[in-house]
Amino acid sequence: MDPVILSRLQFALATFVHFLFVPLTIGLSFFTAWMETKYVRSGDEIYKKQAKFWGRIFLINFVLGVVTGIALEFQFGTNWANYSKFVGDIFGSLLAIEATVAFFLESTFIAVWAFGWDRVSKKFHCICIWFVAFAGTISALWILLANGFMQHPVGYQVVDGVARLASFTDVLFNTYGWHMYFHTVCGAFVLASFLIMGVCAWHFFLGKNVDFFHVAFKSASCFALIFTVLLALAGHQLGQVTAEHQKSKFAAMESVWETEPGTPMYLLTIPNITEEGNLVQTLKVPGALSFLATNSFDQTITGLNDIDPELRPPVWPVFASFRIMVGLGFLLLAVAILSFIIKGFVPSLGWGLWVYILMIPVPYLAAQLGWIVTEIGRQPWVVFGLMKTSAAGSPPVDWYQVMGTLVAMGAIYGLITLTGFILMIKTAVKGPDDTAEHYA
Amino acid sequence: MDSSYVLSVIWFVLWGVLWAVYFILDGYDFGIAMWLPLIGASSERERSAMYKVTGPFWDANEVWLITAGGVTFAAFPLAYAVLFSSLYTPLMILLFCLILRGVASELRFQWTNRGFRLICDALVFVASLVAVILLGVAFSNLFRGLPLEYDEATQFFMFRGNILNLLHPYCLLGGVLFVLMFLVHGALYLGWRTEGDLRNKAIYLAKATWPIFLLVFLVYVVLTFAWAGLYKNYFSSPLLLALPLLCAILFLLSGYQLYLKNNIGKSLLSSCGGILTLTLTGVLGMFPNLIPSRLAETGSLNIVNASSSGKTLTIMLVVALIFVPTVIAYQIWAHKKLAVTVKVD
Repeated sequence: MDPVILSRLQFALATFVHFLFVPLTIGLSFFTAWMETKYVRSGDEIYKKQAKFWGRIFLINFVLGVVTGIALEFQFGTNWANYSKFVGDIFGSLLAIEATVAFFLESTFIAVWAFGWDRVSKKFHCICIWFVAFAGTISALWILLANGFMQHPVGYQVVDGVARLASFTDVLFNTYGWHMYFHTVCGAFVLASFLIMGVCAWHFFLGKNVDFFHVAFKSASCFALIFTVLLALAGHQLGQVTAEHQKSKFAAMESVWETEPGTPMYLLTIPNITEEGNLVQTLKVPGALSFLATNSFDQTITGLNDIDPELRPPVWPVFASFRIMVGLGFLLLAVAILSFIIKGFVPSLGWGLWVYILMIPVPYLAAQLGWIVTEIGRQPWVVFGLMKTSAAGSPPVDWYQVMGTLVAMGAIYGLITLTGFILMIKTAVKGPDDTAEHYA
Repeated sequence: MDSSYVLSVIWFVLWGVLWAVYFILDGYDFGIAMWLPLIGASSERERSAMYKVTGPFWDANEVWLITAGGVTFAAFPLAYAVLFSSLYTPLMILLFCLILRGVASELRFQWTNRGFRLICDALVFVASLVAVILLGVAFSNLFRGLPLEYDEATQFFMFRGNILNLLHPYCLLGGVLFVLMFLVHGALYLGWRTEGDLRNKAIYLAKATWPIFLLVFLVYVVLTFAWAGLYKNYFSSPLLLALPLLCAILFLLSGYQLYLKNNIGKSLLSSCGGILTLTLTGVLGMFPNLIPSRLAETGSLNIVNASSSGKTLTIMLVVALIFVPTVIAYQIWAHKKLAVTVKVD
């Protein structure tokens, strides 16, 4: 058995689970910081209660994000030794900078925040959570610049078979990385605001702590509206960058087979991989795909049939994930607009509140689908156009070793994810608690 | 000597220092966790107090490991690739231990269920113990040299051995040494940060463990020079012998402060110094290798054949010079704010 296939599965599992926690860490830290800022400025105890309640959910989520993050760093060395050898000069430094600049800040100040309610001044306590929030986004920037290098390598030079840094500024201002960053961070805010609205809806439904959760809902619905709009715009921009730099991924996302100027978009498409075409393509919007990709109705989009079959990504997962993600994105946008309008009387919606509870998993799903598009769409490359995934593995590692750790990781991740989510739900359902201290 | 060689030397030293700082800081977390079954056997409240001692710090301490790993990756990518793939299974077990230790120690406080907390405590104990043994065995294997050989076919430094080769008696002794060293270190930290019964227990156990630690330490140092072949650098520049000597003095001083002066703070400080100098003794003994091969010199990963470009090393040095002192400053501040004396309630 090929250890690379197993390593890919293991990495997929590790990133999938890690990214169950990352967006909430980013989004909820800002929400908590916003609530605490309101407390410091107004002195109103309800905002302190808000910060404590959402902060408690944040802390459970945070620890799971932290520990699952280490797994990614380890695996670059353990499972992807040839990759690490090839890109270490560039990719490794981005990870090292991420740790030095962001992780220390995040881990130190979250502790001051969690344990320091009566040990630092009110104002400084609030600054601590802002540090945590900014550290989270800084960390996202460095890791996405690192991923951006895998999608669209820039600022390098291949010397003696390894990629050496040629221009740090090119790596730093890689447009691909920055577009991923905006899209990802907006997605994180959307995920957090829908989670907050969902938790609020649960309490409205039971008629518990209605005033408390109405405050949170109003703020969260504003967050949701702003960031679903920005998410869509950033996603559109990322799509354009993809069309420019990763023609094979873009063609797979849209299941475009024939190269033609003024490429249309078919609202209903079913790919047929074996025939290298589409089984169904209907509801044609002429030139729409060209326009979306390039801002011009008559530009040419490269079809899959003009890309070497060896260099195409698997079409089905990329195509389907992309369509569903976009569909879910529009659903989120619609609900966000509606929520903003009805936020004043939302607690009295009755059974309608279940919409919000059921919407909680939607951004989670959309985020994972987005990563499937990004990473499976990048195949067969590990570094786009430079290094194949099949060549990136660890020569000394045998398949049975990876099989062993894959099974162990599956068991451990299943256990901690389940426990983590149960405890988050338990905390969310219980509602605010004045006396709750961290580590009680 | 060209500038990229100088940069490699600087990063080699920083690499050693990062590991040393990690051992000093996470060492006490591990040590306290390993005392859980003994010190905290009698009551849940005592165990909770032990977690409150390390709670605000374990995550930040672990970031030193992530940084040490990140720096290995960034400054010496080939060494990172070879080390992590050669020691695949042990390092993945270390990873799982770190994951379980972190999750269990935080989540135990989210549910006041006796059974749940006991399971979490058991996980924290086992994960910490195994992690410490693995770190000790892994570093001793580095000191001893790995069975590495450059392979033309794969163009990679291949590990010519199996997992059992890693369990040489010297390396196993390294595992025992790390356990004992962190047990003493953790007990000292616990004694320093607590009061009453808990403090007395911690000091008693530090005193009981210290002589065994010292014995193992002396045997280990002798074997490191005799068996592991780290003597070369020290014999060619005997001035360097000041380092292992200082290490022995610091550990003895730690015992002196503990037994005769009853000064736990100073004893802990000496223990920190001991761990720092012990790590540096090992690391400088390997110089210029990061991963020595015991098969052939051409199989070793050193600061020349494994290093990143001068450009990357320079950029990282600038980042390190700005941020590492900043990090140290705010971590000291945070420690002063959060390291309050814990009592059992």
